[in-house]
Amino acid sequence: MTDLKNFADILEIANNKGKRIYEICQILESENTEKPVSDIRNRVKNIIAAMKSAINDGLKSEEKSTSGMCGDDCAKLVYMYKTGKSLFSTLQQKILKYALATVEQNARMGKIAACPTAGSCGIVPSVIIAVSEEIDIDEEREADALITAGLIGKIVSNKLALAGAVAGCQSECGVAAAMAAAAVVELYEGTNEQIINAAALTLKNIMGLVCDPVAGLVEIPCVKRNAFLAIYALVGAELALAGVKSIIPADEIVDAMKQVGEMMSPKLKESSEAGLATTPTGLKITSELEEKWNNQE
Amino acid sequence: MEKAKTLFDVIGPVMVGPSSSHTAGAVRIGYLAGKIFGEKPDKVTFRLYNSFAKTGRGHGTDKGLLGGVLGYDVDNEKIKTAYEEAEKRSIAFYFEFRDDYTRHPNSVDIILENTNIGKMEINGISVGAGEVAITKINGYKFNINGDYDTLILIYKDKPGMIYRVTALLQGQNINIASMHCDRKAKGKQASMGICVDGAIPDYIINELSKIEEVYLIRNIEVLKK
Repeated sequence: MTDLKNFADILEIANNKGKRIYEICQILESENTEKPVSDIRNRVKNIIAAMKSAINDGLKSEEKSTSGMCGDDCAKLVYMYKTGKSLFSTLQQKILKYALATVEQNARMGKIAACPTAGSCGIVPSVIIAVSEEIDIDEEREADALITAGLIGKIVSNKLALAGAVAGCQSECGVAAAMAAAAVVELYEGTNEQIINAAALTLKNIMGLVCDPVAGLVEIPCVKRNAFLAIYALVGAELALAGVKSIIPADEIVDAMKQVGEMMSPKLKESSEAGLATTPTGLKITSELEEKWNNQE
Repeated sequence: MEKAKTLFDVIGPVMVGPSSSHTAGAVRIGYLAGKIFGEKPDKVTFRLYNSFAKTGRGHGTDKGLLGGVLGYDVDNEKIKTAYEEAEKRSIAFYFEFRDDYTRHPNSVDIILENTNIGKMEINGISVGAGEVAITKINGYKFNINGDYDTLILIYKDKPGMIYRVTALLQGQNINIASMHCDRKAKGKQASMGICVDGAIPDYIINELSKIEEVYLIRNIEVLKK
């Protein structure tokens, strides 16, 4: 089996062989790296363990990031949920808490697993781990889900660089949400088509998302965006599990994202020269931080 | 990242945040520079350019570079307290922040010094998703990214040197994955960077050190990824 370049191929091969997408993915990975499938799954499990540690550490901390712009928002949710107040079910509450816990941990120089990037590290783990806790799933199934998520990201990356500086946030938090949506469908034992549809539906709706971080740091809007897009991944999964299909095929959506990424002004691709970064408040924060750091020299 | 080669380019690395290019990449550049210097430095100066200079302090690029020189991997939680550790090990460290748009957006010059080796300048770039390259050592061009075990040599430019080195490798049945040579002027010093499949045995290093007019030999092991 050669390396698969697009979603249509993977679906065809998985269905012809009567296998689930993660099974095809781990066989491919095994062939390409000349390592047994068990090694690959162990490495995936180690990453899941790191994701859980990041969540646990993040839930306990209110330490601010170096810039002081973030670090204590997860604690606000934890506090509110203790009072019993919430609009959400426990699943969604957990997703929100875990996403913020992880991405705040990242901002305060804690240890996280990039997925696919550090700036989008809260989305996939929060969704997989919250769902697995809620429906009582074991480590093997968590690994199946994370491999599914990884395959989605890998196939997108064949055409679209997963980097805000190249294609905007659609290629970071956006792709993370599609990865998470596909993982949820795997956890709920949806079909291979539903897995790809969950990713496709999710990607369609983040197209053009810009990367405009204040002061160039992975904080505003990245931290809160992880919480938003983690919940948003559930929409993609829920629709796909109900049988909703993306009329535009997943591969064509990725082509469109690439096109949009290329058309996007460089000012909106991680250079902090437009958008939120250049709002009056964004600029004020930027100059205050510059002053603070210049005084430290 | 650019096109993922494996699943683990998309899920992972496990790293200290907040940025794969500005933190994890910085750690890897520092780590490689520390290994290339090869001894404990007494003094390290980091000259950060462009995006590294502008957003580096908010991304912990400074701590990442220094932590890397101290030998930390990207997932070492001590990166955050690299300043304190460097002080404990009596390594003086300095940071300079510059704009130079002829340079890569995420570049750094690392100048390491001690009394035994003297001064060595190493240039590195962080190209995204934690991937890095050492582009120069003491002005000689290299392309070291930690994907392979890499042999680094600086020696007197004279006929037959490349043959002698590659013959030694062939004698041990070591396959060369890529090779990069440079020199400043004919008959002066020249450099060789050789990436190999598998490991470079100590025997090779011992034999190379017997060759006259080899001024620097380093065996840089593949980065843990």
